[in-house]
Amino acid sequence: MKKLVVIGAGMASGRLLEQLFEAAPGEWHVTLFNAEPRGNYNRLMLSPVLSGEKTYEQIVTHDADWYAAHGVDCRFGEPVVRIDRANRAVYSNSGGAPYDALVIATGSAPFIIPVPGSDLPGVVTYRDLEDTNAMIEAGIAGKDAVVIGGGLLGLEAAAGMAARGASVTVVHLMGHLMERQLDPAAGYLLQRDLERRGIKVHCKGATKAILGHGRAEAVLLEDGTVHPADLVCMAVGIRPEVRLANDAHLEVERGIVVDDALRTSDPHIFALGECVEHRGQVFGLVAPLYDQAKVLARTLLGEEAAFRPVQTATKLKVTGCDLYSAGDFAEGEGREDIVFRDPGRGIYKRLVLENDRIIGVVMYGDTADGNWFYGLMKDETDIGEMRDTLIFGPAFQGGTALDPMAAVAALPPEAEICGCNGVCKGTIVAAVQGGAHTLDAVRACTKASGSCGTCTGLVEQVMKLTLGDGFVAPAPAGMCKCTDHSHEDVRRLIKSMGLKSIPAVMQELGWKTVGGCHSCRPALNYYLLAEYPLDYQDDRQSRFVNERNHANIQKDGTYSVVPRMWGGVTTPQELRAIADAAEKYAVPMVKVTGGQRIDLLGVRKQDLPHIWADLNAAGLVSGHAYSKGLRTVKTCVGSEFCRFGTQDSTGLGIRLEKLLWGSWTPHKVKLGVSGCPRNCAEATCKDVGVICVDSGYQISVAGAAGMEVKETEPLASTPCEDEAVEIITAFIQLYRENARYLDRPYKWVAKVGLDWVKEQIADLLTRRALVERFEISQSVYRRDPWAEHSTTTETPRWAPLADLTLEAAE
Amino acid sequence: MTVFIDIGALEDIPRQGARVIRTAQGCVAVFRTLDDRVFALDDRCPHKGGPLSEGIVHGDRVTCPLHNWVFDMNSGAAQGADEGAVRTWPVRVEQGRVLISAELVSRPRAA
Repeated sequence: MKKLVVIGAGMASGRLLEQLFEAAPGEWHVTLFNAEPRGNYNRLMLSPVLSGEKTYEQIVTHDADWYAAHGVDCRFGEPVVRIDRANRAVYSNSGGAPYDALVIATGSAPFIIPVPGSDLPGVVTYRDLEDTNAMIEAGIAGKDAVVIGGGLLGLEAAAGMAARGASVTVVHLMGHLMERQLDPAAGYLLQRDLERRGIKVHCKGATKAILGHGRAEAVLLEDGTVHPADLVCMAVGIRPEVRLANDAHLEVERGIVVDDALRTSDPHIFALGECVEHRGQVFGLVAPLYDQAKVLARTLLGEEAAFRPVQTATKLKVTGCDLYSAGDFAEGEGREDIVFRDPGRGIYKRLVLENDRIIGVVMYGDTADGNWFYGLMKDETDIGEMRDTLIFGPAFQGGTALDPMAAVAALPPEAEICGCNGVCKGTIVAAVQGGAHTLDAVRACTKASGSCGTCTGLVEQVMKLTLGDGFVAPAPAGMCKCTDHSHEDVRRLIKSMGLKSIPAVMQELGWKTVGGCHSCRPALNYYLLAEYPLDYQDDRQSRFVNERNHANIQKDGTYSVVPRMWGGVTTPQELRAIADAAEKYAVPMVKVTGGQRIDLLGVRKQDLPHIWADLNAAGLVSGHAYSKGLRTVKTCVGSEFCRFGTQDSTGLGIRLEKLLWGSWTPHKVKLGVSGCPRNCAEATCKDVGVICVDSGYQISVAGAAGMEVKETEPLASTPCEDEAVEIITAFIQLYRENARYLDRPYKWVAKVGLDWVKEQIADLLTRRALVERFEISQSVYRRDPWAEHSTTTETPRWAPLADLTLEAAE
Repeated sequence: MTVFIDIGALEDIPRQGARVIRTAQGCVAVFRTLDDRVFALDDRCPHKGGPLSEGIVHGDRVTCPLHNWVFDMNSGAAQGADEGAVRTWPVRVEQGRVLISAELVSRPRAA
């Protein structure tokens, strides 16, 4: 077997190996060196890893099994240090490998701008998994981060860090973001959307220095601005990694110079990927690299092939920022523009024409027709005939109706669907006709939508067109393995079919298991009690242990007991009662919670009704510190004592807690009320937060301070306390009626949109009806659970049924 | 032959629930299903020692309250991807009374 040595296990060389093994298995024995201690993974997916949406394992392209199956000798974590051209061998520090053919695929290195402080700890780049993990491990939630560079990579890094809870500023040298792909108008829309998502953008910002003692603390710009920065990410560009080639005296310009067959100046050495320079051009996007891999595979198999770079389109993988750009859109003589703007919806489309041919496309906000324009551009189609309606896309050509499928149906077979992998519509159609009837199958045999995934919807549409009714788009997932109905469907059917018990739901909706499971039963119990508060009998056995026992189970099977302290206010008598109870039941730990109350930890189950009987006698009730329901209302002292307080925040907090307590909700609900904008009650990371100001009450919702950290968003302001209470009650009821079980308010609001929530609350009739329904439910649930559990008949049920150890002793 | 002893009335155990008995061999959870079958398992999940008696009972399965391991109460075997088993004990119902194996009265024999 001939020996092929590959230096670098990136996406380009990975694709080369796939092509090689597929076309001629057994022809080459491959030794694969990689400086990173791992094989090929999908670098395009680093931003979802950074934002926490994916894990490294989910973005692995080639795992150990794959390399083993193809007999690849993997030398990962072994950087090659020398190429011996005379003897055709490469060397790492731990050994060598001879080659008949050598492929250099060393990729690129991030460019570090040489300003003072750029070598401080806390300054990172964003190229590989190490960089990504460094950012994740820096624990950036709540910290300041500065990204230098407002290009594709920089913005993905910024969005990822923002998703992790960092306060991010993007510093960009040019006048608008992504200036290589976007014109100023689209750049502006992008900047506006990013700013709405809390990312600050500083354009025309030239970095002068990175400041800090021992580690990065701030970024100083030439204009004197200082942006605080616990973490600085440099994403200003890349340069081809050519050191090995230089040392081996290969011809190197900006990159390693290759001919059309990807051959370097040494006929036995080839180069591939971001490290090459072909006809004066270097490459950074994945599509041309995959084309190179195809060409090089054929070259290595002795076939004629030539690499011809084509213009590639760019998409940004930042959720909520939909942009598309391809071709050349600089203004110039003989060039004309067709522009469509819809400021209300944030849509901008621009086509650049020359001689009735499209030469550039920039789209923002609605990019559905991007591939169609790109096809016209690539094929140099004469658009003179359809110029009047061109900007409206394929659906408007030839008078066809506005069918969502029409756009895809109108595409010719050679139209490109997947830009990353260069898969055209015809290839997908052929794969489907060849038996690939699921998205996964299509991905497996064509790679369409397998890299960045943004074309998944299009691929599904092509499948649907090909299969007709035979194609079933992936349905929303069932609640659990017991049913194919989604949470939303089940909830709708409970209402429309009048189902009033868990067995009725399981029977009528065809549950596949007997008695459901630990996942669906608590959800059904909640949906039923929320829909029928007066009729439905709460099913204690369908509740998770904490709600069944009205206490939080601990790792050793004991429980924690948390009495309610309204608004965090207590009295000497209450404290005395708590202290007495703690001593009487030998409570191992007494701890103050983050929700302004006292936790008694380590109580045995059989003691729970007794300790609560004592606490009840002192007027204390359950704090529901265990429930998917109202937890705490955290307050500051407000105008009662504080010299800055503007309203009685403590009083409002107590009023809200007395109103809302005992209510069951899809997930836990925490409130905060601060007496002034200094926000001592930390209200702006709660599910509902109130900030008191001189003019009244600012109500914001959908905050989070758990696995995710998120600031609340403004819901409404009112000068009147009564109205504030009404708005908050209506919001809670809206959440109770509409959210999926186990979605916190911030997740639910993200799904339905804050605007929709605002509409419901703003409409006075809707708001009052919500409050009324909440009150009906509270007429049943606003009570202390222990009153019924610490009775003489119930108390024995909390103890063991029998004690056989006593019999043993006899 | 297994000798059984009375531990209480079936009605003392909630349907789709459990009660604990203390025994010479540790705590044992006695479960009652929706259709009034009973099962007895060690009240200790092999994963992290969670009290299975506090788990949600569904069909003849129980889910550990600490980390959602699911056990088949017939065999005591963990279901799905988890591996492990809980010891089961002979238990039966006669005339509304729950009877359990008398071997729980004696201490485990040294191995």
